[in-house]
Amino acid sequence: MIEVIDTERCTACDICFNVCPTNVFDKTDRIPRIARQSDCQTCFLCELYCPEDALFVSPFADTPQQLDVAALKEAAVLGSYRRAVGWTDESRHLRDADRSYRLFGH
Amino acid sequence: MTNPSSCAERLSSSAGSVVFDADVLVLGGGPAGTWAAISAAEHGARVVLADKGFCGTSGATAAAGTGVWYVDPAPERREAAMASREKLGGHLQDRRWMARVLDRTYAQSNQLADWGYPYPVDEDGKPQRNSLQGPEYMRLMRKRTKQAGVTILDHSPALELLVDGSGVVAGATGLRRQKGDRWTVNAKAVVIATGGCAFLSKTLGSNVLTGDGYLLAAEAGAEFTSMEFSNAYAISPAFGSVTKTLFYSWASFTDEQGSVIPGASSKGGRSVIARALRKGPVYAQLDEADAETQKHMRVSQPNFFLPFDRTGIDPFTQRFPITLRLEGTVRGTGGLRIVDDSCATTVPGLYAAGDAATRELICGGFTGGGSHNAAWAMSSGYWAGQGAAGFARQLGVTAGRQVIRRGTVGLRSRSGRPLQGDALAQSVQGEVFPYELNYFREAGRLGESLRRLDALWSDASVADAPDEQGLLRAREAAAMLATARWMYRSALARQESRGMHRRDDYPEQDDRYRHYVSTGGLDDVWTSARPLPSPHYAEAAE
Repeated sequence: MIEVIDTERCTACDICFNVCPTNVFDKTDRIPRIARQSDCQTCFLCELYCPEDALFVSPFADTPQQLDVAALKEAAVLGSYRRAVGWTDESRHLRDADRSYRLFGH
Repeated sequence: MTNPSSCAERLSSSAGSVVFDADVLVLGGGPAGTWAAISAAEHGARVVLADKGFCGTSGATAAAGTGVWYVDPAPERREAAMASREKLGGHLQDRRWMARVLDRTYAQSNQLADWGYPYPVDEDGKPQRNSLQGPEYMRLMRKRTKQAGVTILDHSPALELLVDGSGVVAGATGLRRQKGDRWTVNAKAVVIATGGCAFLSKTLGSNVLTGDGYLLAAEAGAEFTSMEFSNAYAISPAFGSVTKTLFYSWASFTDEQGSVIPGASSKGGRSVIARALRKGPVYAQLDEADAETQKHMRVSQPNFFLPFDRTGIDPFTQRFPITLRLEGTVRGTGGLRIVDDSCATTVPGLYAAGDAATRELICGGFTGGGSHNAAWAMSSGYWAGQGAAGFARQLGVTAGRQVIRRGTVGLRSRSGRPLQGDALAQSVQGEVFPYELNYFREAGRLGESLRRLDALWSDASVADAPDEQGLLRAREAAAMLATARWMYRSALARQESRGMHRRDDYPEQDDRYRHYVSTGGLDDVWTSARPLPSPHYAEAAE
């Protein structure tokens, strides 16, 4: 489930509020609020769309977690999904790296 | 490109509601919905697309990668592609539909390439178009939908259909949940592209898929078919949401003590896993993937690895607990019954596309993730959009026609007790999640479950409309409940095992059931047998 909106990186652009398919966030005067965490379906898409790498979705789909944001940033985990799918400038070459066709037919 | 004069017209936005006038309203913004909207616009219609979530991220495809049933047009390849799945699907497919879906999918996939989708190129320099990355694909589809002049309403779940005095669909109305008001679209035709129903099981990307479109359509009198093929369960880490069953082709499965579970497998052995899970935890490890395969897996499906990388598990060398999450009618093959080549339903003016529509025509009684379903979304989306645009054109001027709201459960007040959506959703899950009820079916257990589901329906159908905050979940829960009842009534009607439908009391496939099962109804759910239409098939049966 979505666990972290990093207050240092978030620019309050509200993209996560807009793109979340299950409407987990609320808009505020400042940065968005995780308002309905239990509605999170752990699809990682808010994190993928966040241009500032300010979000972290924990892989635990059913149980909230306590997380150390500083450690996550230290480990460069924030934004790792964006980089992996080629949605950052330095990883654009990965956008056509799909090798699924090699895996079918197994 | 956008031509303002061809856009749907915003009639008013008075306090509490916004009203649009359109030719075609598309409900759902996944692959099928976006293809339908673009197609309707290309065929001259003014189109509004309303998505419960955000068009581009909502639905089973956006969060995942998917195979696509894309096959080169060489006759022998097409023949092999059609033949390969007929047995698996229980010989319920229709060759004519398979052929036209292969043709249409080929055209739409190539269209995607022209639009700039970054298809990979193999070692021989040949583009490979039989898979799509969900986030990339759906981001592009949103862009193209906007460029086609379609008005997109995000976070705008439909609540009920509108019909005219003769029962012709006339639009829909719903919530703008982030704006706290309502929308109404007066339209001459409606495409239901709201996906299937995965019962809030958290299978990847599927929690928006709660059967909402089924319920709306049923309230307007639509029929369903093949709803018994609805017991697909996908493998995921026990703690996580990422269902990517294909990757478990390289897995070994073990019990608590580390002993290999005989017969357990992602393909053809998932029922063994289900049985083992009833006794205790089951573990998987992808130890059959060599270094080369591991590399391909990583670049092809980065989200598969998020649960592992973020918990410090190496899935190739370490065991991790798994579970089976219900995919219901998303990976099932049932849905709204299609009555002609334009993907019309049994209700005039109402069209269906993607997982909301039956996929029995190309899959019979079995699908996997993606592939055929992805091809069907492209094809049926294209045809439904074209069909709806044609219907709207034929209808002509409709100004001043009286419309009636067709919504029922959760929308009216009769009893003084508001419908509790969360509680109802949990009760329905209690009837459809358990493997002993849904995976392994048997008349006694199905009958007991149906009695409980019918009682829930009796209560829900007279309950009061909840407040605005609780309304969407209440309608979702009601849709889940209605879906479960169509599923289990159909499952009882098919007294055999065929496709993904398994009956403990009838373990064999039985020739007397080589027909489709139609279903429908709200207070009273009915089923009936429907013969296969294909002449090809009639010959084969002789």
